[in-house]
Amino acid sequence: MHRFLIHKGGDHVGVATSDIEAGEKVVGVYMDDDSMVEVEARGEVPLGHKIAVEGCEAGGDVTEYGVRIGKATEDIEVGDYVHTHNLKSARW
Amino acid sequence: MELHGYRRENGRVGVRNHVVILPVDDISNAACEAVAAHIKGTMALPHSYGRLQYGEDLALHFRTMIGTGSNPNVAAVIVVGIEENWTKKIADGIAETGKPVAAFSIEGHGDLETVRRASWKAREFVQWASELRREPVELGDLVVSIKCGESDTTTGLASCPTVGVAVDRLVEEGGTVFFGETSELTGGEHLIAGRMATPELKEEFRRVYDDYVELIETQSEDLLGSQPTQGNIAGGLSTIEEKALGNIEKTGTKEIIGVLAPAQSPQNGPGLYFMDSSSAAAEHVTLMGAGGAVLHMFPTGQGNVIGNPIVPVIKVSGNPNTVKTMAEHIDVDVSGLLSRELTLPQAGGLMMEYLTRTANGRVTSAEALGHREFTMTKLYRSA
Repeated sequence: MHRFLIHKGGDHVGVATSDIEAGEKVVGVYMDDDSMVEVEARGEVPLGHKIAVEGCEAGGDVTEYGVRIGKATEDIEVGDYVHTHNLKSARW
Repeated sequence: MELHGYRRENGRVGVRNHVVILPVDDISNAACEAVAAHIKGTMALPHSYGRLQYGEDLALHFRTMIGTGSNPNVAAVIVVGIEENWTKKIADGIAETGKPVAAFSIEGHGDLETVRRASWKAREFVQWASELRREPVELGDLVVSIKCGESDTTTGLASCPTVGVAVDRLVEEGGTVFFGETSELTGGEHLIAGRMATPELKEEFRRVYDDYVELIETQSEDLLGSQPTQGNIAGGLSTIEEKALGNIEKTGTKEIIGVLAPAQSPQNGPGLYFMDSSSAAAEHVTLMGAGGAVLHMFPTGQGNVIGNPIVPVIKVSGNPNTVKTMAEHIDVDVSGLLSRELTLPQAGGLMMEYLTRTANGRVTSAEALGHREFTMTKLYRSA
């Protein structure tokens, strides 16, 4: 059973569809082609919050929907919880 | 499913049959509410403005008043204002639709005499409207607006794409759809600009968008702190760009054939329109209703409770927690999209079914709960 969904192939993040505990190995489904990916959660990710499926260096663009949603404020590794503590708007 | 609505004097189709008591200004609210208390089946629309406004702000006030009275969900209107001229101006604007309108000004008469005279007329209107009947209409007769609220990442995954399917379907059937939320397109505004039907519209959209963002930036540098909202962030949204991309999912895939000023009626025939508007839910639905929307599809993640007095607001949510904890507010549950027990075409079909049932008279959750938020958009302070 999948635990998170990813909008598009290449996106840095997926969205948890149920609460994920730190250390859990969880499967995500890409919504554009139904392919799957497994990652180990490096932190707690509540339902609706984001988990990294691709790494990103500090200052790099973070994508979701195949579009930039902001910039990483610190290095992000696969499995990291991604939210306002490590992702900031590129606009404001 | 067959669709039945009220075809008004000007040919436009409504899905409700309200008799509205419309105050021109804040100080006429009391008289309007007194009339509505006397005459059952009428509804007053109290609001906070209408005095000492000027320029574009005043023009928007008149457009919103006249547009609201002209909405096809309204059968007849009593207009009450302090002064005769503005009261008559609004009544005359509404009367162009051909529907019954009567105007009453308070100055020189007082509240009690005004309420007495307006109540007699309201009784006549409500009895007349009670004999109007629904008749078969088409999906293409409908004008529908969309806006999401208390968004989270589930709106981008589930409820907004669901509405997007319904929007595409409505446009294919010859219907008209309005979307807006100008500042909440930030980060995805290039996607909207790219769907404008002509280069002129693209330029017009860019101008409207840039003006709005420039206003925000001159007032407070940025929207951090209010965009995303605290509710959005709790729901997992991290940035305005992420919020915008989820938001844009609900606009479907069709080309955009017009850029409307706030509360403006469409001029280019049926299709998908952008309306320059605030993202605050009550202001937004009020503007869309004044532009002629008779139904509103409202995706919500964390649970926004908004309604409107004349436009039924249909709530759709894909958040499995919200559909349980705020069940009384949610009309359409698409949380099965997150568990992948529901496909997107199925969710879109469910949305269309509820849209049709609501058009046919099914009371929305917001209507049942008495949500009647009627909120005028104010562009700048009064003189």
